[in-house]
Amino acid sequence: MSQSNKLDAKIPSGPIQEKWDKHKFDSKLINPANKRKFTVIVVGTGLAGGSAAASLAELGYNVLSFCIQDSPRRAHSIAAQGGINAAKNYPNDGDSVWRLFYDTVKGGDYRSREANVYRLAQVSNNIIDQCVSQGVPFAREYGGYLSNRSFGGAQVSRTFYARGQTGQQLLLGAYSSMMKEVNKGNIKVYTRREMVDLVLIDGKARGIVSRNVVTGEMETYVADAVILGTGGYGNAYYLSTNAMASNCSASWRAYKKGAFFANPCFTQIHPTCIPVSGDHQSKLTLMSESLRNDGRVWVPKNKGDKRPPNEIPESERDYYLERIYPSFGNLVPRDVASRNAKFQCDDGKGVGDTGLSVYLDFGDAIKRDGENTIRAKYGNLFEMYERITDDNPYKLPMRIFPAVHYTMGGLWVDYNLMSSIPGLFVLGEANFSDHGANRLGASALMQGLADGYFIIPYTLGQYLAGTKLEKLDTNHDGFKSSLDDSSKHIKKILDVNGSKTADYFHKKLGKAMWDNVGMSRSTESLNKAIEEIPKIRKEFWNDVKIPGDSNQINLELEKAGRVADFLELGELMARDALERKESCGGHFREESQTEENEALRDDDNFCHVAAWEHEGENKVPTRHKEELVFENVKLTQRSYK
Amino acid sequence: MGDQSKLMSLNLKIWRQPNSGSQGEMIDYKLDGISPDMSFLEMLDVLNEELVQEGKDSIAYDHDCREGICGMCSLMINGQAHGPEASTTTCQLHMRKFKDGDTIVIEPWRAKAFPVLKDLMVDRGSFDAIISAGGYVNCNTGNAPDGNAIPIPKESADLAMDAAACIGCGACVASCKNASAMLFVSAKISQLALLPQGKPEAQKRAESMVTKMDELGFGNCTNEAECEASCPKGIKIENIARMNREYLSSALKSK
Ligand SMILES: Cc1cc2nc3c(=O)[nH]c(=O)nc-3n(C[C@H](O)[C@H](O)[C@H](O)COP(=O)(O)OP(=O)(O)OC[C@H]3O[C@@H](n4cnc5c(N)ncnc54)[C@H](O)[C@@H]3O)c2cc1C
Ligand code: FES
Repeated sequence: MSQSNKLDAKIPSGPIQEKWDKHKFDSKLINPANKRKFTVIVVGTGLAGGSAAASLAELGYNVLSFCIQDSPRRAHSIAAQGGINAAKNYPNDGDSVWRLFYDTVKGGDYRSREANVYRLAQVSNNIIDQCVSQGVPFAREYGGYLSNRSFGGAQVSRTFYARGQTGQQLLLGAYSSMMKEVNKGNIKVYTRREMVDLVLIDGKARGIVSRNVVTGEMETYVADAVILGTGGYGNAYYLSTNAMASNCSASWRAYKKGAFFANPCFTQIHPTCIPVSGDHQSKLTLMSESLRNDGRVWVPKNKGDKRPPNEIPESERDYYLERIYPSFGNLVPRDVASRNAKFQCDDGKGVGDTGLSVYLDFGDAIKRDGENTIRAKYGNLFEMYERITDDNPYKLPMRIFPAVHYTMGGLWVDYNLMSSIPGLFVLGEANFSDHGANRLGASALMQGLADGYFIIPYTLGQYLAGTKLEKLDTNHDGFKSSLDDSSKHIKKILDVNGSKTADYFHKKLGKAMWDNVGMSRSTESLNKAIEEIPKIRKEFWNDVKIPGDSNQINLELEKAGRVADFLELGELMARDALERKESCGGHFREESQTEENEALRDDDNFCHVAAWEHEGENKVPTRHKEELVFENVKLTQRSYK
Repeated sequence: MGDQSKLMSLNLKIWRQPNSGSQGEMIDYKLDGISPDMSFLEMLDVLNEELVQEGKDSIAYDHDCREGICGMCSLMINGQAHGPEASTTTCQLHMRKFKDGDTIVIEPWRAKAFPVLKDLMVDRGSFDAIISAGGYVNCNTGNAPDGNAIPIPKESADLAMDAAACIGCGACVASCKNASAMLFVSAKISQLALLPQGKPEAQKRAESMVTKMDELGFGNCTNEAECEASCPKGIKIENIARMNREYLSSALKSK
């Protein structure tokens, strides 16, 4: 496997506190009258794409916005519950930009880029101000000021929230700003469109091919730059907390056109999800992390104890997180909580019919604070739990199990959020930059909005002002050949005419990923995945069945297109995991652990970003390294004991 | 869960329509082996798997988050928007609310402003058009003062949040005999009118959004309150009264 140093992150020089301001000042500007002459494609209308589209249109760019759903307001960001971080320090509890920066770098297990994370912490406060101005109804105290809570084990209260619907409210804020620009004619929205290819001309990103999923028409669009805010790829595991349409296709097609894919193996498995109930399961539902503030996690001390939870006496319960991690207890980070739940279940102590869940018990909290207090805090979550499981969590402990939730990996970007393809920018969960090997709670919303509202408006201008771009239209050969390739790809899927549904293959891939590239990974399991996945891929291309044609709404065809890409990405995730022979963040390599079974990082050999370059169909991709330099934060082993 | 004795058989009557230009009809399907723990959409997934296996076109319906928040799913189930369970979207409805042997009638939202695209899928683009007519605060990125610069009474923030909980699914329109969009429109107008940030444009906003709503072919409100009853997010018709106040004062001003 070849390794090289091909990546320039373009981190500005100078002290970390001054880098962003200096960079903004050094960036070339485009005169307001000239911005109108530039067209920018923004794919995705989640927090990242939505905020970018709105802000760029306000500056005067001509924006074309694309999404799969029937309205920009429905992007997957809408499902975020818990909250968004900012370093406001309103509670006067010792927070600061520096602390948010430090916590995020440490939380990411020292696998993110210091300069990016510092900038994220710097702009975090502007995000809150911006959202308040849009009319986002954040929770408030009686005095009328914004309310904060501590989230995901943070030592300070820096999380802003809007009931259990923070993502919804932030997204509707971004959406409303977008619609304001639609009304002014600065944004044109293309809904129910799926980007199927990126068009490169003279080595620069100059447009996309998309499929209109209502008419089936293949369309091409030209621009001076392309921005992807197309979300994460957690659905590679089939079951995840992601929305059904969440996919990797836009990123994957860009990868195949030369954009490097960074740290694909870094996935986050969230500890508090509602367990799987049967083979019919189509997705998993997250229960907000805030529940761990009051709920106590336990399993029976004896293997195979099938008694109902209320018949198991205190003395026969193992509150294992409190036992193993006395100082953090139930509030250990997500990866630690998830892994420990898995270990308990592997050890035969899991509960419920499947043995694949652990208890999250509010009994003590209800005794201490009363049912009404607990209801006021978590009522909507308890209701949701009861609706799905038919169990009443006020009476019986909840049952929870970890589920795939977020992907820290994504397309590689430099400090300007530009990928290795000039003119292709990547924002939000789709890029890799800020969360290292593990993302802290309430920081994905912050990153998506930071990228879209406050970073891309500067860095895009810098690119456009300094780049020669020839005038083009869709008659250019580059567009014609991309269009042709995409149509052939779709025809190829339809022509298989086999006997199994796209979901059949998706489930099979999901199982291979979960079993071998899941919460705990070993050389053996990863090699198995690398062997198995190409077989599933081959079977897919020989046996997938899609009724109907491509000139109409064809949901099976849409699914199959996404599954075909996941079948390739899955293999890359396994390869990346295999090469990273250390444990860090969400990536636990069994060969790299301490005597107490805790994750063991290897900073000497792996303190770098792995960025993969596509080398052609069925060829082993090249792994490039971006060495990470820590000048401001001292590397330590995480310990929550 | 895995318990065979609980599995249900169902008779489904489902609206099939190849595309917006064609005629539709109700088609009968028989479906066995449905677990009470499945969600309603997982039940439809099972049916679609069977159809695809038989080489038939799967039934088109909208869905995405399956958590009751994106507003993508719809469906009239036995004549009720989002089915029989109160405050629940179709994706969060579970089959344990039905009995073995039940007949379930499944139709799309029906409203002039929501044309059917295929089967159970409709075009709700008119909702985006209403929002783009004024459902926002005119505040560009970078304009904002500190988030705590303007205190907002908790009661107002809470009421604004109640209104802002709307998921834009369109159940209110589908269940109204006039196909009125008043609940949807009033929820947005109320949310912004309740907050100091939205006040300066409150009247103008009400006027532009209502005008747009009328233009798009939504009906009038005759106080049937079916919208409130069918809303999966508990949006209250008080919002309509609040909207009317903003609208009236705007109309008076422009006289
Ligand atoms: C259940 C849940 C709860 C969460 N809670 C929190 C929380 O409390 N705090 C927090 O900080 N984070 C949370 N997260 C994470 C966070 O919500 C996401 O990481 C974030 O919202 C992603 O935003 P995004 O804009 O990058 O992408 P998304 O919101 O996923 O948007 C992707 C967009 O791209 C479009 N798209 C994708 N592919 C294509 C294509 N090929 N063609 C055209 N369009 C395409 C989609 O239509 C969509 O508009 C949560 C995540 C989940 C799943
Ligand atoms: S699918 Fe999102 S609300 Fe039902």
